[in-house]
Amino acid sequence: MKITTLSTVIAVSTLAMSAAQAETLRLLTWGGYAPEEVIAKFEAETGHTVEVTTSNNEEMIAKLRATNGGGFDLAQPSQDRITSAQEEFGIYKPIDMSKVNADLFIPSMLAATAGNTTFDGEVYGLPHVWGTSGLVVNTAEAGDVKDYTDLCGDAVAGKVSYRLKRPTLIGFAYAMGMDPFAAYADKDAYQGILDKVEAELIACKANVKTYWGGGDEIKNLLRSGEVVASMAWDTGGWQLNADNPDITFVAPKAGALGWIDTFVLPARGRADEAAYAWINFVMQPEIAAMITNTAGNFTAAVDGDAGVSADLKARYQASFDQAAIDNIKWYPPVPAGLEAMEGATLDRINASN
Amino acid sequence: MRSDHQKLGFYLLIAPLLLWLVLLILLPHLGLFIVSISEKVGVREYETGFGNYAAFFSEPLYWRTFARTAIMSILATALTLILGFPIAYYIAKLTRGRTKTTLFMMCLIPFWVSELVRTFGWMILLRETGVFSQTLQYLGLTAGPIEFLYNDAAIMVGLVYTSILFMIVPLVTTLDSLDDSLVEAGYDLGGNGYSILREIVIPHAMPGIVSGCIVVFMLSLGNYLTPILLGGKDSLWFTGMIYSQFITRFNWELGSAFGFLLLALSSAVVFIGLKLSRQSLSETMGR
Repeated sequence: MKITTLSTVIAVSTLAMSAAQAETLRLLTWGGYAPEEVIAKFEAETGHTVEVTTSNNEEMIAKLRATNGGGFDLAQPSQDRITSAQEEFGIYKPIDMSKVNADLFIPSMLAATAGNTTFDGEVYGLPHVWGTSGLVVNTAEAGDVKDYTDLCGDAVAGKVSYRLKRPTLIGFAYAMGMDPFAAYADKDAYQGILDKVEAELIACKANVKTYWGGGDEIKNLLRSGEVVASMAWDTGGWQLNADNPDITFVAPKAGALGWIDTFVLPARGRADEAAYAWINFVMQPEIAAMITNTAGNFTAAVDGDAGVSADLKARYQASFDQAAIDNIKWYPPVPAGLEAMEGATLDRINASN
Repeated sequence: MRSDHQKLGFYLLIAPLLLWLVLLILLPHLGLFIVSISEKVGVREYETGFGNYAAFFSEPLYWRTFARTAIMSILATALTLILGFPIAYYIAKLTRGRTKTTLFMMCLIPFWVSELVRTFGWMILLRETGVFSQTLQYLGLTAGPIEFLYNDAAIMVGLVYTSILFMIVPLVTTLDSLDDSLVEAGYDLGGNGYSILREIVIPHAMPGIVSGCIVVFMLSLGNYLTPILLGGKDSLWFTGMIYSQFITRFNWELGSAFGFLLLALSSAVVFIGLKLSRQSLSETMGR
C-alpha cells in the first residue's frame, strides 16, 4: 500500500514537473535571429517549444503596449529603446541575473547593455546581436559616396534611397558635423540639430527615388540597379555582395551607427524558465555562430565568431578597418519624448515638395 | 406561452448580430474614442480634452493629407465607374449563357489571390526594370528605362484595379433587371444611343451605380497596402498616417483621433453623394 502511494506520488510529481518544464516560448524577434535549425536543437535539448513572431523595434513596442506586456515571453528590441518604453508603458520585467549564465557574454558588452537598460535601479536587457547601419553602395556606379550627405550629390540624383526614420536623421546630423547623441538630454539643442537636418533632407528630396520601408525592398532596389546608393544595414550590404561583388556595405566617414539588439522579458510573459533557457542556449558559441551565419550579424557571445563562415568574416573586415570600428556611433538610450520631436520633423520632410 | 417561445427564438436569432455589433464594432469604437480624447501631458500622465483633434486642424500636413486622400478616392471611384460601366453593360446586356458566366468569372479570378500579391504584380509591371519599361525599350519607343512606379498615377491604377469588381457586381445585377423591351421602345420612339443611355439605362441603374460607388469609395479611402507600396516619396495617404502614429510614434491618442476623423469623412462624403444623386441608403443597399 505504502509503496503504491509512494509510486503514485512520484508518478504524479514527475508528470507535474515535466508539465512545468515543457513550456511554450513565444519569442518576439527579428527575422534571422531564430533559425529553424537552432529552434529544432533547442526543442530537442530542453523539451520546450518555440513560437517565433518576427517584427521590428517599433512594432515590438506597439504590440507589447497593446497587451500591457502580454502575449510574448521574450522580446528582442534594441537597447536604446528599452528604458523609455519601460518608463512610458511599463511593458517589461527586470532580468534575474542568477538565472543567466553571464560567462557566455562578452563582459564589456554585458556591462554596457546593463548600463543602458537600467531603469529605477533594475536591469532590463541582455545583449544578443549587434550590428551597424551605414551606406550600401554600388561601388561601380557610385564609388564617390563615402558619407551620408554624399547621397545628396548630383552624381547619384534619382538613384538614391533611404528610410524616413530616426537613423537617417542621426546619420545626417553626424555627417553635417553635429553630435546628436550628445544633445539627447538637451531638447532645445536637439531641436536645433533636427531643424538643420530637416532643411538638408528637404533639399535632398529630389535626389531620392523612393523612401524604403523594409529590408527586402531596399535589397531589390539595389540588386536591380534602380538604386545605386542607400542608407541600410550592414548585413543587407553583405548579402548583396555575395550576389554582386560591386555592391557592398561602406562604413560612412562620419561613423556607422551601432545598435545592439537585446533580450528583454515582457511584463506579463508566462514562460520565464523557457526564456532564460533560450537565452543561455543561444549564447553558446556554436549556436551563436549559427545565428550569425543566418542573420549576418555578430553576437555578444564569447567566441561566437569562431564558427562564422569565412566569407562573412571577409566581408565584415572589408567594410570595417580598425578606425571604422572605433568610429562607430553607438546609440545611447533614447529619452522619452524625443521620438515625438523626430516624428514631427520626419512628417515635415515627407510633406515638403 | 407560444409568444414566449417566439420571443426566445427571436432573441436567439438576433444574438449573433448583436454580439457582432456590440463586441466588434461598438466597443472598439468607444475605446478608440476614449483614447482619442485623452491628451498626453507627461510620462504616463493624461488629461481629457480635444487637443488631438485640435492638432489635426492646426497642422497643415494632416488636413492636407486628409483632403488629398479624399479627393484621390473620389477620383478613383469615378474612374472605376467609367471603366466598370461598359464592362457591366456588356456582361449584362450583350452576352448570354456561357459567355456571360465566363466573362463574370474573368472579372472575379484576380480576386482569388490576396491584395498584397496583386499589388506586387503591379510593382513587377511598373518598376524601372519592370515589364512595361523593358517592352518599351525593346520596341525602340524609348531610349532609356522609364520609372512608372512611385507616383500618384500608379496608386490610381492600383486602386481602380483593386476595387473594380465591387463596381461591376452591383451594376451587372441592376442592369440585368432592365427589360430589353424598354430599350427597344426607346429606339422605336426615335431615341439614339446617347439619349437612351441618359434617359433609360442610367436612371434604371442608379441604385447599382450608387451602391457600387459607396463600396469603391470606402475601399479606396481605407486602403493601406496599395498607396504605401505603389506610392512614392510625395504620396501620402491618410491610413498610412494613422499607422505611423500608432506604430512608429507610439502616439495612440492622435492616431485614434485620426481614425475618428476618417470615419466622419467617409460618412460625410457618402451622405453628400446620396443627396446629390437623390438616392436613399435603404433604397440602394436594399435592392
